[in-house]
This record gives sequence, structure tokens and C-alpha cells, in this order.
Amino acid sequence: MATEASRQPVSWFRGFYAAGVVPWVGRGLVVLLFVWLGVNLSKTPGDFGILLVEGVTLGLVYGLVALGYSLVYGILELINFAHGDVFMLGSWMSLYIGVQKLGLDASSSGFKVVWGLALTLVCAMAFCGLLNASIERVAYRPLRNAPRLAPLITAIGMSFILQDVGLKQLGSAPVSLPNILPTGTVFTIGGNKYGWDHLIVGLSALPVLALLVWLVQRTRQGRGMRATAQDQEAAAMMGINVNGTIWFTFMIAGALAGVAGLLYALYSTNIAYDQGFTLGLIAFTSAVLGGIGNLPGAVLGAILIGLIQQFNEGLSWHAPGSDWTQSIVFAILILILVFRPEGLLGERTPEGG
Amino acid sequence: MSAAAAVPSDNILELENVQTFYGSIEALKGISIEVKHGEVVTLIGANGAGKSTTLRSINGLNHPRRGRIRFQGRDITHASPHDIVERGIAQSPEGRRLFPRMTVLENLIMGTFQRKDRNNKKAVNEDLDRVYSLFPRLSERKQQKAGTLSGGEQQMVAIGRALMAHPKLLLLDEPSMGLAPIFVDRIFEIIREINSQGTPILLVEQNALMALDVASRGYVLETGRVALADDAKKLKENEDVKKTYLGVAD
Repeated sequence: MATEASRQPVSWFRGFYAAGVVPWVGRGLVVLLFVWLGVNLSKTPGDFGILLVEGVTLGLVYGLVALGYSLVYGILELINFAHGDVFMLGSWMSLYIGVQKLGLDASSSGFKVVWGLALTLVCAMAFCGLLNASIERVAYRPLRNAPRLAPLITAIGMSFILQDVGLKQLGSAPVSLPNILPTGTVFTIGGNKYGWDHLIVGLSALPVLALLVWLVQRTRQGRGMRATAQDQEAAAMMGINVNGTIWFTFMIAGALAGVAGLLYALYSTNIAYDQGFTLGLIAFTSAVLGGIGNLPGAVLGAILIGLIQQFNEGLSWHAPGSDWTQSIVFAILILILVFRPEGLLGERTPEGG
Repeated sequence: MSAAAAVPSDNILELENVQTFYGSIEALKGISIEVKHGEVVTLIGANGAGKSTTLRSINGLNHPRRGRIRFQGRDITHASPHDIVERGIAQSPEGRRLFPRMTVLENLIMGTFQRKDRNNKKAVNEDLDRVYSLFPRLSERKQQKAGTLSGGEQQMVAIGRALMAHPKLLLLDEPSMGLAPIFVDRIFEIIREINSQGTPILLVEQNALMALDVASRGYVLETGRVALADDAKKLKENEDVKKTYLGVAD
């Protein structure tokens, strides 16, 4: 009953709520959004088309980071605030291995690019996986039985520490990467070019997502993860090593952030020590939008947020523009938490998850 | 594993002066219990007497601060829960604790998680058939999400899931709690049936009458101590037990 009561809006608001005003306001906003999109589509169909494709591409990269939030939340009901910064260090690791050690650049041969990026990917995944799992071991496991606020605070603390590490390694100014991927045009929509580099980044995310689904749904480790997420003590009674499973989950979440770190560096060819904060916020909002703890939801939410960001920054008719991207993302987060905390695909469970 | 070679003994499980704490509260104040091969032993007592804590001490979820627990002659006092399951102690926990978003079949398969032959489809299917023959209703509900079952059906899944682990010792925590009388009778029949196939059972029950009917021996717990230990038949005749736990009027 307590959770039921806490969900009720208070005071004057309750009158509107009871009268069914709020859902209609929500529906009105969605209608306005579609009107805005429709007008833009008819005015500049070429821009609209390319932004759609770019939005999905970017959304897939966001999805890899969002999955990390969702995986960890699903198993511990903890928001790993350091996750965005693990992703940032994934980008740094990609820069360090791919560019500084292997010397990949725009003039590298196709063969060198392929094996060079493969090696970089393995390094970024291993580094971020181990980093994330170590954070769990050091900052979260000792607080497993502490009040919920305690691991949240250590999570924020870890986030700052990692950001400072990034600042030390990358400096305070954004760092540019060479165009390692081919930048030729795949197709044009109304004069707007979609490059091979973006296509490769988008397509690379797909097998990673497929691999994750297979891992969670089909393997023994995955069954252990799902059981631990649903009931830790019952999982232990089945003979599942609960601590090991949680450690493994952080490892997987970190490895996904490593993939995302490399793909993002290739996509934007620009990385910065504070990208983990901005992108972490976007990815976290994606996970909440899709229903936190729900893996397909995280990817769906990320694609929607990618689209919203691209449309907001690229459309010409009454678009708020890139200055407002963060505000819009935050506004979505707040609206979701207030009106649909279970997200788009999440279920309203009795436990309130 | 550093324990000395297993001492041959009638007892599959021995608790020796076990003291277990919840934080600073001493929930078990030195309990000694034995389960012999092939028998059903029951722990009865009021709420808070320490019945569930005893099981949590055995399965590794609450390690005792003092005392010893031996299983098949080996010390498991401080073993981790998954290690204890691997040694052959499976449990149907209080409140069933199914995985609500998994199907009945997936829940049953979870029971095989630590088995060495878990990938042997034939062996697993044979065990599934055994569970379905004990609980025919479950074979109709295989694909249903466990969270949507009735209490009685959930209890069947919980017991079935524990059996899927091939336990050498089965712990049952309040299997009749919250069930309709017809289900209660059925659950106790099943307990007899499982035991007659050779599995020793440690049964924690509030329904003392039914528990003493099915058990060969019983322990009465009171505020963290063993107040009485005797053959189940004698406990049923005991005046104090009658008055306090069997609800027999003077």
C-alpha cells in the first residue's frame, strides 16, 4: 500500500489527475510532437530522412551504454553512476591503443584498419570490463547490506574519480581522432550524405546486441544472471554463486561500454574527459525510458533518444537546437519518472520495480 | 575441504551447539540436531523460535558464530551457499521464493544448476517426469509464468525445483503455510512419497500435528534452544506439546 500511496500526486494536482486531465495533456504533447515532425517532413524531407538514419545509428551506440545501466540495475537495483565514465575511459583506451600505439589513421591500409580495430576493440572491452568489475568489488560489494543511499554515493564518488583519471589522460580540451574508417558516401538523401564510417559503426553494434541476447537467454551464466536478478537468496539456494554472478554482470556491462567507447570515438572522431557525464545521462534516460532493467527496452529507448536528439539538433522548422538537447533529455527523464516510472516496455511489478 | 576424512556415521547431518546471530541478536543459542540417513526429522515451535534460522545456518545464508555443522561427516559450518548446494543439500524455502518471471519449466530446470550432469538431456527429462508424476498439475502448467500460479501450485514448483537438484538431504521450510486444507494433505503425502524413495528430509512446520505424523523424530524449539527432542510418536503424546502446539484442549 505504501508504494501505491507514494505514487499518487499530491494536493491540487490530485484534482486534475482524478479528472483524467494529465493523460490528456500527455497525449496532447505527443500529438504536438508528431505535428512538428510531420511539418518538418513535408518542408524538408531530405533533412528528415538523413536525421532518421543518423538518429538510429547514434541510438545504437547509446543503446550499448544504456544496456550497461539496465543490466546492473536489473541485478542490484543500483544505478551505477560511474558507468558513463567507464564508457569515457573506453574511448580513451581506443585512442591510446588504436591511434597512439598502433598508429591507425586515415592513410592506414584496409587490412591494417581491420586487425588494428579488432585489437583495439578487444583491449577496450577487456579494460572496461575489468574496470567496471573492480568498481563493483571495491565500491559496491562491501556495501551490499548497507542502506540504499550508501552505494549510490560511492557510485557518484567513483564517477568523479574516473573523470579525473580521464582529465589527466585526455586533458581538458576535446581530443580529435583521425578518420580511421572510410568516409566515402553510402547513399544520399535529398543531398545529405550518409557515410561508410557511420554505417559501419551502426552495423557493428548489432552483433554485439545479438551476442548479449544469446548470453542472457541461452547460456548457464545468463540463467544465473536472470535468477539472481529475480531473487538473490533463491538463486543462492539453487547453487548459483551470487557474488560471482554479480561480478560477471559488471564485467559484461563494462565490456559493452568498451565497445561503445570505441564506436563513439570512431563515430564522432572527437572525445573528451566529460563525455561520460553527458552521454551517461542520455544513456541512463534511454534505459529509464525503455523500462530500467528491461534489456530490449534499453535499446528501444536509446534509439528513440538518438532520434529525438538528431531531430532536435538538425530540423529547421521550430527545432529548439543543440543548446537544448540536455534540457530535453532531462525533461523526458522527469516526465517518465513522474508519469510512467515503469518505462515503455517495463512491467509494473508488485515489488515496485 | 581441509576437514579430516569423513567419519562413518548414521547421521547425514549434525548440528553441534550452533549459535547464530542476526546482527547483535542471538537467534540460536546453541542448538544440537541430528538427521539420520533415510529419516524425516521435524522442527516445530512458535514464530521466532529459530526454526528458519536453523535452516539458514545449514544452507549457508547465515553462518553460525559458534558451533559446528557437519554434512556427511564433513564440516560445512562456513561453506558458501552454492558450495553447500553442490554438496547435496537442496531447499524448498519459506514463502516458495520462485523466480516469478520464469516459467514453471524454467524454475524446475534452475534446480539442476549445480548438477554435474545438467547437460544430459535424458537424465534431466527423467527427473522432470518424476516431478510431473508427483505433481501432475505442473505438467499442464509448464509454460506458465511461476508468478501467476496459485499458492498450492507454487509450493509444488518449489518442492519440485528442490528435487531437481538430486538432493542427498532435502530441507523443507513451512511447505503447508498458507495452503488450502486439500493442498496441505497432498503436500504431506508427497513428503512421505519423496522420503520413501530414500531422501532424508528436515522439515520445518507450524502444522505440528501433520509434521509429527510424517516424521520419525522431532525437535521442539523455544526461543533459540531445543526444548524437547524425542520420537515423533512420543512428542505427540507429550502433555506440554499437546497443549502448546497441537491445540488439544485440557
